[in-house]
Amino acid sequence: MSAMFKLVGKPAPRHDAWAKAKGDQLYSDDFTMPGMLYGKALRSKYPAAIIKSIDTSKAKALPGVHAVLTAKDVPMNVEISKFGQMKDVGGGFEGLYKVLADGKVRFKGEAIALVAAETEELAEEACRLIEVDYEVQPGVFDPEEALKPGAYIVSSDEGENESNLIMESHINKGDVEKAFAEADVIVENEYRVPPVDHAYLETEGGVAWVDDNGVITMRVGTQVLEHYRTIAKVMGLPQNKVRNMSVPMGGGFGGKEDITVETFLCLLANATKRPVKMVWSREESLEVHSKRHPEILRYKTAATKDGKITAQKVEIIMDGGGYKLLTGWVQMYSTVNAPGCYNIPNVKVDSYSALTNNTPSSANRGFGCCQANFASELQMDELAAKLGMSPLEIRLKNCLRNGDEICTGFIPQGHIALEEIAKKAWEGLEATGPKPDYVDGKKIGRGLAIGMMSYGRLTFMHDSSRVGLRIELDGSVTLRAGVPDLGGGQASVLCQIVAEELGIPMEKVHPYIMDTHLTPLCGTTTATRQLYMSGNAALVTVKVLKERIIKKAAEMLDAKPEEVQLINEKACLINNPLKSVPFVQVVGALSNDGVELFHEGQFNAPFTDVPNLHDMKGRIWPDFTYSAHAVEVAVDEETGKFEVRKVVLCYDVGKAINKNSCEGQLEGGCVYNQGYVTENMGWENGITKARSFAEYLIPTAVDAPEIETIMVESGGGLGPYGAKGVGEPADNSIAPAIVNAIYDAVGVRLKEMPVTPEKLLKAIQEKNK
Amino acid sequence: MTKHEIEITVNGRKRRLTVKPNDLLLNVIREDLVLTGTKYGCGIGECAACTVLMEGKPVLACMILAVAAHGKNITTIEGLADGDKLVPVQQAFIDHGAIQCGFCTPGMVLTSHALLNENPDPSEEEIRDYLRGNYCRCTGYTAIVKAVQSCAKKNQ
Repeated sequence: MSAMFKLVGKPAPRHDAWAKAKGDQLYSDDFTMPGMLYGKALRSKYPAAIIKSIDTSKAKALPGVHAVLTAKDVPMNVEISKFGQMKDVGGGFEGLYKVLADGKVRFKGEAIALVAAETEELAEEACRLIEVDYEVQPGVFDPEEALKPGAYIVSSDEGENESNLIMESHINKGDVEKAFAEADVIVENEYRVPPVDHAYLETEGGVAWVDDNGVITMRVGTQVLEHYRTIAKVMGLPQNKVRNMSVPMGGGFGGKEDITVETFLCLLANATKRPVKMVWSREESLEVHSKRHPEILRYKTAATKDGKITAQKVEIIMDGGGYKLLTGWVQMYSTVNAPGCYNIPNVKVDSYSALTNNTPSSANRGFGCCQANFASELQMDELAAKLGMSPLEIRLKNCLRNGDEICTGFIPQGHIALEEIAKKAWEGLEATGPKPDYVDGKKIGRGLAIGMMSYGRLTFMHDSSRVGLRIELDGSVTLRAGVPDLGGGQASVLCQIVAEELGIPMEKVHPYIMDTHLTPLCGTTTATRQLYMSGNAALVTVKVLKERIIKKAAEMLDAKPEEVQLINEKACLINNPLKSVPFVQVVGALSNDGVELFHEGQFNAPFTDVPNLHDMKGRIWPDFTYSAHAVEVAVDEETGKFEVRKVVLCYDVGKAINKNSCEGQLEGGCVYNQGYVTENMGWENGITKARSFAEYLIPTAVDAPEIETIMVESGGGLGPYGAKGVGEPADNSIAPAIVNAIYDAVGVRLKEMPVTPEKLLKAIQEKNK
Repeated sequence: MTKHEIEITVNGRKRRLTVKPNDLLLNVIREDLVLTGTKYGCGIGECAACTVLMEGKPVLACMILAVAAHGKNITTIEGLADGDKLVPVQQAFIDHGAIQCGFCTPGMVLTSHALLNENPDPSEEEIRDYLRGNYCRCTGYTAIVKAVQSCAKKNQ
């Protein structure tokens, strides 16, 4: 089958690679317009406070200031956001979105007022002139404290509970208590994972203006074009009067999934009737945009003495920060993935999320899954150590296989390659040579972790995607898709699929992407869904046109349609390629016949009902991608510093449609969550200590390990040509593999990230006492 | 504020500019010269998205006052290729899938180009060390290192 592909499976350069290599690609900060003003947000000094009054008169009086807005100037300041989904799911999932703080301030850096002025300096000066009278509140910064009776209440808004509980969710499978009573061994541990910043190199920003037809128009890089609907509500406008002509993002990773600058820009542009630009500083970005959820995860595992896990009981407490945002959805991922990628007959999971006065938590590559994966994969090694088994053995003994059900009782349709990839990753690392005890005086250790993560959105959200195609009379193709491209090649792969099906070179397919007035809506670039959803939508669409072309070509070749194929810009007979007609001639003939040379098709994911959160059962996602990371680390026992020397990672990607892109996701995800182990926001009572890249340290080219990438292509995915999604699963099991490797090196397992040299050194010293 | 007249050669072209004493080279390049390939990433010299070549050496435009660039020869990413004729390392970035979101790419490409000029045969370790100041959040650096390696003399 694969031998028949001309383009699919090849490492195709993306359509935008040349512009990016030459510095010609325009991002959100790269546009200026005549008469453009600069927007700035005044942000709260305190994480918890009551705003008693705001005096903007001095700011408004400053020459060159064109607008100063507060909550009372926003037509609809509080809105329950749908985050781009098509269906009202209710059940506490939809998060309260507030444009500007009024009443209570819920986190430090929350926007209180907006300014538009002729220069950035003037806008900053105007912010300084706004007088806010705060009544500082004690606040609450620990999610467990926040859930206790009598805790400080973070919210004061209607539509939210009079407690800090955001959501609780539960899984009950079998009888865990009976299994614990009968267990040979029981392992009990508590794990803690920290907030993470996305640290994309491009901060949040964009430009907005009111066009000559009164349409509020933006150029804002976002992962969710469909936010235009929420923005319309905020502005009190019909949805067709708000347009985002979006731009490619300089990285997203979930941090541009919630609304960032959009509403601020639209409000300022509407108030001033001039174009307005707003770009957040790095400090602003680190402090105010949402982070990965910090979680506390308590595990109790029962097993037989030969290593078969009989029960897994997990309690999860999630810190949602000042606003709910996507917490309910993230919680689904943490809850269902809590038992790990294992076949366990008895499972109990109890998850709770809480509002606190910390920076809000929301989407971050991995979306609740990598928190649970970290804990469950450390727990596996704790169990293995207790039983005297190897990390590989314990995993092979328990991992999910085809036909097994996950903890909700759902049996995945896609291929489950855990056994194969766990072996391949571990053997791949062993093949690099026997493990030395020491290298350059540093202790060497090796570790393994495996994982699973969904691709495609929660099935109860009833997800869909659309792609439009038009065949031009010269045989080129225009592809229209509202697919936000954050750098993963989301748009380019659609061109590759269309070119493959039509038998034309990829460069003959031109993508016009990301314009809410002109492109069919593809849905969000989140949840590892674009290849799966929009890839299938492209395939559905191109097949309609392909059928028309083949039918006409068959007529022209005096053959039956099933005897004709499209290849090398020709329609030819499968059995006699010399009998052919140029693609462009068939297109011309169809045009002469008055046949439509355009089509817009839709792909729907499987749909389910909202699960009963007290007893979650059945299908929650379309399918899963499985991962394995084998890691070698070197630990300096004198300083507690460690380095990741080698990684062998193995994934079943289903089908690598663009080899370069697929590999790039796996390597990039690996290093992204290598950073999970060490990155440190330095949160203290709602204050972010890491406010620059000098303090928030992400992996550099020197920190990043040598990576060997093994891609298994089972063809067992639900995407086009059997592909699976890899964007988020790419970062799933690397962090626990690193921490497990540190244990192998020095015999201590830190159950709380970040793993700092200080903490590691202290643990080594305590062990050696 | 007093204004200063400066003259800089940018991508081979002499430019006379009037700047404030506190104007950063980054802002002058992006706003006055509208060469937006040079990026703002952090503003404190930590991420190197704002890298330009000054007299052939990579420097951070967010850390240099525009007045300090007076009389200097500067190459931005827009000036590296000769029209559509890319320099080898630009083509290598494309061929090796070393470009994802592309925001670090201008800085990465310029720094890599300078490395290859200084050391036509860098080892992997030398490449990683030379690029250590250039943050990339997308690629995990593997493809970038491979792209630069492919341009080393011994691999030509």
